[in-house]
Amino acid sequence: MKTLEFAVQRLSKAALVVVGVVVLNFLLIHLAPGDPASVLAGEAGAGDAKFIAQLRAQFGLDQPLYVQLWTYLKGVLTGDLGYSYRNQVPVATLILERLPATILLTGCAFIFSLVLGIALGVLAAYRRGSIIDSAVMTGALIFYATPLFWIALMAVLVFSINLDWLPPFDMETIGAGLTGWARALDIAHHLILPTVTLGLFFTAIYTRLTRASILEVMDLDFVKTARAKGVPKARIIRRHVLRNAILPIFTFASMQAGQLVGGAVLTETVFAWPGIGRLMFDALMQRDYPVLLGVFLVTAIVVVIVNLVADLLYRVVDPRIEAAG
Amino acid sequence: MEMPRAPLLSVQNLTIPLPVGLDRRYAVETISYDLHAGEILCVVGESGSGKSMTANAVMGLLPSYLKPSSGRILFRGRDLLTMSEPELERERGRSVAMVFQEPLSALNPLMTVRDQIAEVMEVHGEGDAMTRDQRVLDLLNYVGLPDPQILRDAYPFRLSGGQRQRVMIAMALALEPAMLIADEPTTALDVTTQAQILELIRRIQRAKGMGVMFVTHDFGVVADIADRVVVMERGLVVEQGTADEVLNRPKHPYTRRLIAAVPHREAHAVRAATGKEPLLEVKDLRKIYRSGGGFFSKPRVVNAVNNISFTLRRGETLGIVGESGSGKSTLGRCILKLTDVDGGQVLFRGRDVVPLSAGAFRPMRKHMQMIFQDPFASLNPRQTIGRILTDGPVANGVPYNQAEARARELLDLVGLDASAFDRYPHEFSGGQRQRVGIARALALEPELLVADESVSALDVSVQAQVLELLQDLQRRLDLAIIFITHDLRVAAQICDRIAVMYRGEIVENGPPEQIFDAPRHAYTQRLIAAIPGREWNPRAAVIDLKEKQR
Repeated sequence: MKTLEFAVQRLSKAALVVVGVVVLNFLLIHLAPGDPASVLAGEAGAGDAKFIAQLRAQFGLDQPLYVQLWTYLKGVLTGDLGYSYRNQVPVATLILERLPATILLTGCAFIFSLVLGIALGVLAAYRRGSIIDSAVMTGALIFYATPLFWIALMAVLVFSINLDWLPPFDMETIGAGLTGWARALDIAHHLILPTVTLGLFFTAIYTRLTRASILEVMDLDFVKTARAKGVPKARIIRRHVLRNAILPIFTFASMQAGQLVGGAVLTETVFAWPGIGRLMFDALMQRDYPVLLGVFLVTAIVVVIVNLVADLLYRVVDPRIEAAG
Repeated sequence: MEMPRAPLLSVQNLTIPLPVGLDRRYAVETISYDLHAGEILCVVGESGSGKSMTANAVMGLLPSYLKPSSGRILFRGRDLLTMSEPELERERGRSVAMVFQEPLSALNPLMTVRDQIAEVMEVHGEGDAMTRDQRVLDLLNYVGLPDPQILRDAYPFRLSGGQRQRVMIAMALALEPAMLIADEPTTALDVTTQAQILELIRRIQRAKGMGVMFVTHDFGVVADIADRVVVMERGLVVEQGTADEVLNRPKHPYTRRLIAAVPHREAHAVRAATGKEPLLEVKDLRKIYRSGGGFFSKPRVVNAVNNISFTLRRGETLGIVGESGSGKSTLGRCILKLTDVDGGQVLFRGRDVVPLSAGAFRPMRKHMQMIFQDPFASLNPRQTIGRILTDGPVANGVPYNQAEARARELLDLVGLDASAFDRYPHEFSGGQRQRVGIARALALEPELLVADESVSALDVSVQAQVLELLQDLQRRLDLAIIFITHDLRVAAQICDRIAVMYRGEIVENGPPEQIFDAPRHAYTQRLIAAIPGREWNPRAAVIDLKEKQR
């Protein structure tokens, strides 16, 4: 099977990429100035050399770098991502705890931006040159140009503080003790602001991309063939244009899906969302190397998997890919 | 004589204005012609004549910035120009169908053949899924496609050019329309495939009694299939009549000029190049393309050039003729060392260039130059003609003043105005650009020119001028020319010898008379038989007329 062969080939390459990412991150982090031992010791109020040396020995920071790297790599292979200096819990546990929240947020933002962006793009292209087209494209330009954090802050200001429609932070109402559907609704309610904030920038990109792609495809010969067959315009857009125009959007979406975990750092921090992004931010402030490395590793794996799936899907979406090899 | 009957299609005084600022005011101006059921009407003209425009106007497929300003297009007595879009949609595909020039881009790349053909029936509410499926199978059979059972589930990219065009025709026939519009349907195809498609269109037209409007630039094709002919020039109908009238007794000067320019195998005096020393000797040249192949699969191997040998003397033109994929362009690239070679020798002035490194070959490169096919893509749009013509010599160490003087001479030599020196390529027509391409090749004073399909993108009248220019330059500069083309008629007109290539090999090699009158290889025979309009002698038509006028 050609597809199977392709998958095996890509998987082996993907594994190499992940190992490369781990090694590179490890070295980069240790190149950065600052030492977790001194940060921890400083916070404990005992910055003397002896205590710091003791901490360094405890975390293995006194070993040569290549020994530390080797130890870390061996750990990663067995699923041991190290121990958080700060939280005194295994990194893997910490990440697994936070991962669902991030996947929920980024997944929702991804679907939100993709669906809304494509819909608006189709609308703008279909009504090319009309007021609707100008309005959609102006809106897209505004959200494309506005920084994410500003949108986040304004959204909180308007919808939470002034209008009091939506909760400003966290994933669910603390201490409400809700279960079942009530809890799901509560989470959904909390999800709206961060999702929209995180998704708006990408919505703007999809809108522009979709419109441009559709207009380009509409000029192609096979669209003329479809018209010569007597196919009505709406069906031409649906059956001929969109199917072909979706290819560049698909490519971009697969890149975005990888970026979403990284892009969530800002949103999760502003909205106090208990996900990986905020974990990363906190770990960064606290020089919690194992946690940082763990988050980077998981992010890299997500990116690699998403790309792999995208490549496989692309072969389904575009039958010409397989022939080209 | 037949009884006069109402025409199927009647274009009456149609005028379509062009947007302001173009070189003329009207795309087509007060044109009128009729198409009757059961006849093939050829609309013939050069690029920009408005011939495709009328076809698109009939289908209601003009781009939005072009709107007919006056006239009528009556189809079965109803004016298509006054119909609403939904009304037109009902007619398109059902009573009028269209086949386009580029069979690859005209098919949706992401839909199977079956879905694309079935869609015509679907949108016109014809049959159910089962009957439509059966009809698709019948249609694919009818247009002569192999294995319709398998082929119907294929995507267009899997099919050859000829097969794609057959699919287009099957699609057009799905609802048995009364009228078929074919816009240059065979222009993108190889000559043997073209002959098959023309045969198919003629067969279908007779069987179904359709009216066919066939748009083409090729008088050979017109001679093969037309019942009646409309000749267009710059938006005007300059002449119309029966095929016999227009082809053999053309009245309008433009028609006569066009017909006189049609390349035709006219026994041209073979110049005595035989006594001269060989400039180029190619011995057992081989080039293999390998593609695909991974961990588990073997690479696909194509012998693009397979053990090819020939000799070329100064002042001689060798035609390399073949269909797409025959390896003719690869051969040209191998000789000029534009690609690696897998075996054999290329002796230029007795020295084998194959083993030379890029550095060692560089001083020799200026002696061997290439003229490319596409006069639009092969000139850098950001450089002036002067820059284009002087870059090569300057890079080869010629002082700029000298290179500039030479460039101006060359412009004169290829028949361009000296003012062209400071202008940009976009200011020139296709034929003029090809002259620039020739001037560029000559700027380095080469001894060997490789012309790869150099006149294929040009209109016949321009083509004739460029061919004449090449012949004239050859005589004056004693050039050796390798003329690569798919068009046997063009090769016959300019070449001293013709080598016919088929699947990487030269299957036959000889003077044009031998190739045309006594082809030995079966493939050459097929190729000769496929030349459109070979029964018709354009020279006789024009000469006859001149004599009559005297």
